[in-house]
Amino acid sequence: MHTSEFRPLDVERIRKDFPIFATEPPLAFLDNAASTQTPRPVVDAMDAYYDTYRSNIHRGIYRISEEATEQYERAREKVAQLINAPRTRQVIFTRNTTESINLVAYSWGTENIREGDEIVLTVMEHHSNLVPWQLLAQRTGAVLRFLEITDEGLLDFAQLRDCLTEKTKLVAMGHVSNVLGTINPIQSVIDAAHAVGAKVVVDAAQSVPHFHVDVQQLDCDFLAFSGHKMCGPTGIGVLYGKMELLEEMPPFLGGGSMIRSVERDISSYAELPAKFEAGTPSIAEAIGLGQAVDYITQANLAAIHVHEQELLKYAHQRLKEIEGITLYGPSAPHQKTGVISFNLDGIHPHDVAGILDTHGVALRAGHHCAQPLMKRLDVIATVRASFYLYNTVEDVDRLYEGLCRTQKLMTRRK
Amino acid sequence: MNIYQEELLDHYENPSNYGTLPNPDISHEEDNPLCGDQIRIDLLVEDDKIKEVRFCGHGCTISLAAASMLTEEIEGKSLDEVKQLSKDDILDMIGIPLGPVRLKCALLPLKVLKAGAYGITSWPGEEDK
Ligand SMILES: Cc1ncc(COP(=O)(O)O)c(C=O)c1O
Repeated sequence: MHTSEFRPLDVERIRKDFPIFATEPPLAFLDNAASTQTPRPVVDAMDAYYDTYRSNIHRGIYRISEEATEQYERAREKVAQLINAPRTRQVIFTRNTTESINLVAYSWGTENIREGDEIVLTVMEHHSNLVPWQLLAQRTGAVLRFLEITDEGLLDFAQLRDCLTEKTKLVAMGHVSNVLGTINPIQSVIDAAHAVGAKVVVDAAQSVPHFHVDVQQLDCDFLAFSGHKMCGPTGIGVLYGKMELLEEMPPFLGGGSMIRSVERDISSYAELPAKFEAGTPSIAEAIGLGQAVDYITQANLAAIHVHEQELLKYAHQRLKEIEGITLYGPSAPHQKTGVISFNLDGIHPHDVAGILDTHGVALRAGHHCAQPLMKRLDVIATVRASFYLYNTVEDVDRLYEGLCRTQKLMTRRK
Repeated sequence: MNIYQEELLDHYENPSNYGTLPNPDISHEEDNPLCGDQIRIDLLVEDDKIKEVRFCGHGCTISLAAASMLTEEIEGKSLDEVKQLSKDDILDMIGIPLGPVRLKCALLPLKVLKAGAYGITSWPGEEDK
């Protein structure tokens, strides 16, 4: 890695790549945990495909189809490098994190999970790393077990030891919580899971976009993330898997591209990654994702992480000045990414986000697809602000001012 | 135009008909799975007319203000008249344009009313979708 070349982010220059920030005052976009903005180079890369070499991949014997195939496969190489996958074909393109996890649950899960087997999850999982396992458990008679969190919003690691037994076949865990920003001790979890012979699925939707994730170092069995949370387009996601697992797994979807030969009653399947990419894939989106990988690596992931940490520290400090605010999740910035969930006393999260919207600040309010976590926190919903490389101290100031105005407006006569 | 204008905030802060009825003829509660807002409406019906109405629950400004306005509107009306109330009537009461998410907040009270009184379970405006 090029850690010696660390340069802080040039946020002003970065913002020029995002036309959405060109208004005055600029949009304060603080919903990056849901989906990020798209820089010009990513849109340009997709436009170039549509304008100059639009065609289907893998089949055409003409020049532009070859170019499309090359660019699509080039994007796969970039993704493989980003996460340090041993081989490029361990990177499978899907639509998003959700589809990646479902692929594992159906293909690997149906083959390997039996009645009475245990699947270990946490209470802070996004529904997309929960519901596929519920469905698998219903199909197979497997049992779901949940790791709790502490009141600080950290994984209750001590509980892991009791939870992991020879019955545990799988641990599926978010690397970073999309509600609390908590960075889970995923390395220790993977090591402990492997010690009892369990496989590990890492939901990396909130980690890969924000800091360097190395699948070989982690030794995870599967890892899933989405392009649209890392400056890429919607409609493209990634599943990484260990070679021997992916090779043994049956196909998930059947159709064109994933076959070697087809008889009337039976087919043999293509090699990886094609085996898991049935049908015409999201070609432009894969190319866009490849460009997004270039974009965030050129900005430098280490610098992105430092920048988010600084915004987080500043935001914590400012928001804590507000009377009647409750912040959820770890208070030490180094235990989390740039995500802050909070509530204002007596004001519905929808109203907070609605009023902030009128001040040009985009926030999320709701259960954030993590209803079990909302129950654990004993709230119906929270407001969430989440940062990325283009956010500024001014965005945080506008958040702070908007919250103060919200309180004034909503508690006029109380 | 601002969602958080005076009239809405007045309804939110001092809602009409807030509470429950001891022996309602109809009592129904639903929530909005999108945001967890929850509204219950109690009705006392006499000669096919709504004699008394109360609502309770928790929600944002829009859903509570809409419930307050809706209950004001239907008190004294016949069940037939009330059945005709539509999405547009609610939007007229609210008086400001709403995005799709906040629209659900605004329509939740009418949905609760129609489900409780007539067994109509679809969202207002989506009956034939
Ligand atoms: C932690 C986590 N997992 C999974 C997802 C699902 O991602 P997608 O909707 O792209 O499949 C999200 C995003 O909302 C997330 O934050």
